Amino acid sequence: MSLDQAGPAAPPAPGPATRTAGRRGAGAVGRRRNGGRSGRRWTPWLFLAPALLLFLYFKFIPMVSALTMSFQEVQPYLGNTWVGTENYTTVLQSSGFREAAWHTVVLAAGQTAGSMALGLALALLMEGQSRRLGFVRSAAFLPVVVPIAVVAELWRIMYHPTEDGMLNSLLGLVGFGPSGFINDPDTSMASIMLTGIWRGAPYDMMIFLAGLTGVDRGLYEAAKVDGASRWQRIRYVTVPGLRSVFSILFILAAIRGLRVFTEVFLLTNGGPDGSTEVVMTLIYKLGLEQNRLGVGAAGAVLLFVATLILTVVVQLLRRRESK
Amino acid sequence: MSAPTETALGLTESRSPGGRALKAVVYLLVLIVFAGPLLALLVSAFGHVKDPTQLSVIPSGVTLDNFTVAFDQGVLAYLLNSFFVVGFGLLLQVAVSVLAGYALARKVFPGMTLVLVAILATLMLPEEILALPLSLILSDLPLLHVNLIGTLAGMIVPLGAWGFSILVMTEFMKDVPRELEEAARIDGAGDLRIFFQIILPMCKPALGVIGVFGFTMIWDQYLLPLLVSVDASSYTLPLALRTLRIDPDVTPGVVMAAALLALLPSVIVFLFFQRSFVSGLSSGALKG
Repeated sequence: MSLDQAGPAAPPAPGPATRTAGRRGAGAVGRRRNGGRSGRRWTPWLFLAPALLLFLYFKFIPMVSALTMSFQEVQPYLGNTWVGTENYTTVLQSSGFREAAWHTVVLAAGQTAGSMALGLALALLMEGQSRRLGFVRSAAFLPVVVPIAVVAELWRIMYHPTEDGMLNSLLGLVGFGPSGFINDPDTSMASIMLTGIWRGAPYDMMIFLAGLTGVDRGLYEAAKVDGASRWQRIRYVTVPGLRSVFSILFILAAIRGLRVFTEVFLLTNGGPDGSTEVVMTLIYKLGLEQNRLGVGAAGAVLLFVATLILTVVVQLLRRRESK
Repeated sequence: MSAPTETALGLTESRSPGGRALKAVVYLLVLIVFAGPLLALLVSAFGHVKDPTQLSVIPSGVTLDNFTVAFDQGVLAYLLNSFFVVGFGLLLQVAVSVLAGYALARKVFPGMTLVLVAILATLMLPEEILALPLSLILSDLPLLHVNLIGTLAGMIVPLGAWGFSILVMTEFMKDVPRELEEAARIDGAGDLRIFFQIILPMCKPALGVIGVFGFTMIWDQYLLPLLVSVDASSYTLPLALRTLRIDPDVTPGVVMAAALLALLPSVIVFLFFQRSFVSGLSSGALKG
């Protein structure tokens, strides 16, 4: 068997033992026990089978069927008819969808910017090692692990629109007052955004904190020697050092924002007067309440294309910048 | 975290009374903003809160009435549903991830790159976008013709494979020394034996990471249970919160009591496994 320990130049298929030995490079000992050629070759696939099967059923088949559904008039139990791009025309021409798309973009942009700005501020303030800081950081991180449904119900009550609602009584203390929050079309979007930032900022903070540990400490010392102010240190040392963290957080947060569903569904369900209708709540209503599955699927495909484009664009920008 | 030398703001250096006071104010503010609402939830779950305007962080007496009413409303059944889903979901997810991770980390086979790309692709495919076709597929699984709508299995099986867990396991298993595996092979151990007796025991930290993340992910599910359930008998606790809120006989105190039960498990898991949580979070995100 030791003769089988051929170098990397071993032909690809003389026998299973040689194959593994060859690919693993020097020092690898060929497997010698049981099984014919086919058994060996199938081993990795046996280990992968559960994962691939589940992905096939619950990711890839739904993806393909979303695509085909978007070109069909879907009638469960009656059979689907091919309608070409009609669903897409319907979606793109409906003012409801255009408005929902705009709301989604506004919400995604607001939440992304808000969470990142606040997250960076928190990370800068709480960088360091002391025990007390660890406690504050953990406490600040709690919103991230609280289930989204709980967050929504909690904020719903906090946003109670009368003068003695929780947040309104706080506003009253500083002389503002009472806001309708999610019950008022003028403030509903901002209110959902605020809830999203509350839950998103601590997450961004943790990622920024991890990124900050990678910033070269020596550069701070050097900046200090050069007499740089705190602001200059952040501007010229910290921010450039965090560049890759920024773009990753941006992609993550923006995609999270585009697919937002649960908090809007629970806080306002698109209301009042459609002021917070986002693409996902609209798709949910089209598909599961009005049974217009084809039109809903077309909306979903468009949303997917948007997230894909966003990811690709940000990656390209990153690559160009790093050159 | 690195040594306590220079930080961006240099706040740790300031030892002056003014600097310390400023820091204390900042940290207090952070606590109020991020932990305050959760404290309000806690206080109202145990308080006599009859209408939403009474919600506050100042305790108004301690009572278990809210929990009694919540249990009368069937919260225990919802909680059991949630535990069932998270228990079996996590078991399935961990099993699937370690198996797949083993193949991807320890084997070289044609088509491996394709599999990795497919797994990465699933991570970029938001579940929300698949909601409509998924609900149809769950009502009639292709080839098997099983209807999972209205069953807890329908909330569990789709979460069995999660790209994140598989990739974490793969990365970790790559670092298990080859020599150990080769020695075992010389001693005549087969794939299964090597997997169970050598690789898995070495992967305890990674198991911790995927366990914590899998738990949080499954416990936080909303859309999938919403698609799958047809009536209250299969509601998970997060779903049931909305039903409770809409019920005119239920006070906000009761909703908050149920909400407390719904958030406690994930908060406990987070507090216990903070270290692996935070390290998994940053490595996962920074590796992209």
